[in-house]
Amino acid sequence: MLIVACIKQVPDTTQVQIDPVTNTLIRDGIPFIVNPYDTHALEEALRLKDRFGCRVAAISMGPPNAEATLKKALALGVDHAILLSDRVFGGADTLATSNVLSAAIRKLHSDVDEVGLVLCGKQTIDGDTAQVGPGIASRLGYQQLTLVDRIVDMNFSGKIIRVSRKLEGRHEIVEAPLPAMLTVVRELNRPRYPKVPMRLAAADATVEVWNNQVLKLDEQKIGLKGSPTWVSKIFSPDRAVGEILGDGNSDPEGTAEMLIEKLLAKDMLPI
Amino acid sequence: MTPNPTIFTPLLIASLAVFAWGCWKRLSLISLGKPENRFDNIGARVGEMLMYAFGQKRVLAKPFGINHFIIFWSFIILLVANIEFMLHGVFPWISLTKLPDGILLPLLLLLDIASLLALAAVAVAAVRRLISPPYPEARTIEAFFILSLIGILMLAYFGINAAKISRMQDGALVIARTWMPVSSVFAGMFAPAAGATVYSLSWWAHAFALLAFMCYLPHSKHMHILTAIPNCFFRRLEKPNTVPREEFAVGNEFGVSRVDQYSWKDLLDSFSCTECGRCQKVCPASITGKPLNPRAVVHDIKVNLLENASMLKKGEQPGIPLIGAQGEGSVSEESIWGCTTCGACMEACPVFIEQMPKIIQLRRNLVESEASFPEELLNLFENMEGRSNPWGIAPSERTKWCSQLDVKPFDKNTTEYLFYVGCAGSFDSRNKHVSVAMAQLLDRAGVSWGILGKDEKCCGDSVRRLGNEYVFDKMARENVEIFRERGVRKVITQCPHCFSTLKNDYRQYGLELEVIHHSELLRNLVQDGYLKLNGISGDLGAMVFHDSCYLGRHNDVYDAPREVLQAATGTAPKEIGRNRNNAFCCGAGGGRMWMEEHSGERINLTRVKEALEEKPDTICVACPYCLTMFEDGLKDVNADGVKVLDVAEVMAEAALR
Ligand SMILES: Cc1cc2nc3c(=O)[nH]c(=O)nc-3n(C[C@H](O)[C@H](O)[C@H](O)COP(=O)(O)OP(=O)(O)OC[C@H]3O[C@@H](n4cnc5c(N)ncnc54)[C@H](O)[C@@H]3O)c2cc1C
Ligand code: SF4
Ligand code: SF4
Repeated sequence: MLIVACIKQVPDTTQVQIDPVTNTLIRDGIPFIVNPYDTHALEEALRLKDRFGCRVAAISMGPPNAEATLKKALALGVDHAILLSDRVFGGADTLATSNVLSAAIRKLHSDVDEVGLVLCGKQTIDGDTAQVGPGIASRLGYQQLTLVDRIVDMNFSGKIIRVSRKLEGRHEIVEAPLPAMLTVVRELNRPRYPKVPMRLAAADATVEVWNNQVLKLDEQKIGLKGSPTWVSKIFSPDRAVGEILGDGNSDPEGTAEMLIEKLLAKDMLPI
Repeated sequence: MTPNPTIFTPLLIASLAVFAWGCWKRLSLISLGKPENRFDNIGARVGEMLMYAFGQKRVLAKPFGINHFIIFWSFIILLVANIEFMLHGVFPWISLTKLPDGILLPLLLLLDIASLLALAAVAVAAVRRLISPPYPEARTIEAFFILSLIGILMLAYFGINAAKISRMQDGALVIARTWMPVSSVFAGMFAPAAGATVYSLSWWAHAFALLAFMCYLPHSKHMHILTAIPNCFFRRLEKPNTVPREEFAVGNEFGVSRVDQYSWKDLLDSFSCTECGRCQKVCPASITGKPLNPRAVVHDIKVNLLENASMLKKGEQPGIPLIGAQGEGSVSEESIWGCTTCGACMEACPVFIEQMPKIIQLRRNLVESEASFPEELLNLFENMEGRSNPWGIAPSERTKWCSQLDVKPFDKNTTEYLFYVGCAGSFDSRNKHVSVAMAQLLDRAGVSWGILGKDEKCCGDSVRRLGNEYVFDKMARENVEIFRERGVRKVITQCPHCFSTLKNDYRQYGLELEVIHHSELLRNLVQDGYLKLNGISGDLGAMVFHDSCYLGRHNDVYDAPREVLQAATGTAPKEIGRNRNNAFCCGAGGGRMWMEEHSGERINLTRVKEALEEKPDTICVACPYCLTMFEDGLKDVNADGVKVLDVAEVMAEAALR
């Protein structure tokens, strides 16, 4: 059985600024990281590998330098690392991205092993749409379980998974047959730290690259051509100017009480 | 029964064999360690050995040191008598008495006095162990057994000589009374008729005590009699303020999880420990009730080596793991993470055992090979690797501290000094004030300086001491590259951790920088008249100064910060109880800054309370970590009236008004 973790290379958005003139992201010199949610998806895949001895593949669609992301995955212990990279994949929106990723998963299913589980992050920190995971599930006809914060039970042979979904103010335990696609939240686990021998091995390992000659997808369904959404404008909203209330220095208690009242009034404190 | 060669000779040969076999069996294990060059600079090594092994300089630095000094030198002197004793026992015609009187008589006097002194010293040691042992576990049967053996040896020595004296008459007796005064006193304690009995009893008591001592020696902590002298010879000649590099190639092992991954010198260290407990008595972790005990770490390495020796020799996996098992011979993970790398243990150890690097080697294994470490460190490691600062703040914020100042970038053609601000000075809101004070002082003194700004990276101190050598190596290479590219030669640091890392650790990467700590620079600027002090800095009240481990103990900078304070305030700061090379750590070194303290009293609290005993109004520091630790500690004891200031801030008050 194979578990596939979808990981995306994203700019470290805490370091990204928007060019006030052109309204585009200033990406120069900004380091790339693995999308934080995806590190949890990858970790869960590796934990299942540790528990059940199944294999794990990490796939990522992106430019050639996204190889670094997959090397990190190799250093953590994945068995297959595949970069989906081709000029014709570029400019993809969530629909086109899901097309490419699901085609790659299909290929893994037929070439490597039966895929039982696909793990995605809840969303990315640059695109933030949270659509790609569900997009993959619907294309592959997998069950989709979003916002997973715990795998309650997993039965590979019986092909059943039971998970906890983290919803607003409550949890939902859901059971579904495999194969399934999970999108995960950060509470799911604590990602492991790579061991040096694995890092060194990963540095020497080659990441397999699949372009469209490998995937053979209809060019109308991928990349810019296959992307019906267009970004018409990016801008930073003006931040509303805050207001200083009270005086924490001379009257800390009074100020704290005022704050609590305001939070209660806005229903922002659990009672 | 008089001395009898037919009985004594086989006993002696057997004992010598047991002794040699015991020594060989143990000391040959040292060769299981990894190679390390400790044969450089032989001249200096001989000097160190003379001063510290034979001169016992460090031993003498503590109470009861004189006691050990006496035992040590008595042993050396009595070696003559004991060798004669053994030879005489086999070949009765060999005797010191064959020597001419001019040599013999002074020698007899020397031996007589040495024996008395040794006897007294042994008695003192025994009483001390009974009443107030150096540490509770030092009250062992083994210790008393060895002390009584030595006592018996001395008494028997007197018995033998007293018996001889009891048979003397006239001139010989007068001579004996002059040159063997102590033995003569013993001779007066029995009738001359009992002389023969006393002689043979004493002789055999001496023989058995000596042979028993010989057989037992290699199996006890007294092995240090043989190993301490070479250990001083092979000590690290430079301060042990850093750890060796690691080579990152596929197939290598990282850190130490088996004793044979230590260097031979580390293993020799373990056989040289005298178990005096001085290290544990100065260790901030041990003192505040953490599981770490540096003496126990050294002891566990020895026990582990002995227990696993046969398996290691065959290249098999050891039976007792060095890390994480219960009981002797294994060091717990909690101990390993407790070390602040303050260096107090190494400063105290009379035989120059290097405890701290051994602990870092264990950390390396845990981090690099096992990825097993306290969970607080995960963020730290990722922040360091990803953003080159401990907090994970965007590198673009590195220059925010100087947004209101006119600070120039470093340019090798126009600037003399690089001011390496450091992560705390760049990002920590309290420490930014110190950076600002420094910048203003440098400008006022007309120093030509600049910064790397957004291109400055963390020096990597914390990750190195935490055993994450892989990440440190990457960071160090990057920094060395930047310094080379920019043509940096002279660096000012305001953090002792940056100071020590740039100065000592980067040397391993072939980068020789002239690194100056801001306290030294400020002192020089005042002395040379570049910084004019218009009066005394404000209302600081009574001041104490706290030595940072990485400035003081690890780099011997003690006077500069004190002189800065003296110049700025007109009075010398008061000293805290433990100061200078005995100073007690603030608790933040060795990456402990980023970790929780789960057991015992908090180290910073212990230090804050000690400082408060001097009733200061201001606690002065020269390190951003100390600044944080003291401010936190003062809040915990509600000593809100007491201020903590960096020496640069005190100087700024005086010079910038
Ligand atoms: C405003 C905006 C502008 C954009 N501009 C461009 C552009 O100019 N050029 C361009 O190329 N793209 C651009 N994109 C990116 C692209 O449209 C989306 O980022 C991409 O389709 C994935 O969507 P997402 O990031 O919202 O992922 P989400 O749906 O939020 O991601 C959910 C999960 O799906 C998986 N996943 C998503 N993407 C990948 C991937 N590539 N590889 C592997 N796993 C993945 C991860 O597990 C992730 O956690 C833009 C996106 C937005 C929102
Ligand atoms: S370096 Fe300091 S904390 Fe570490 S063992 Fe030695 S004395 Fe203890
Ligand atoms: S390591 Fe050094 S200081 Fe510590 S007990 Fe042994 S000899 Fe004494």
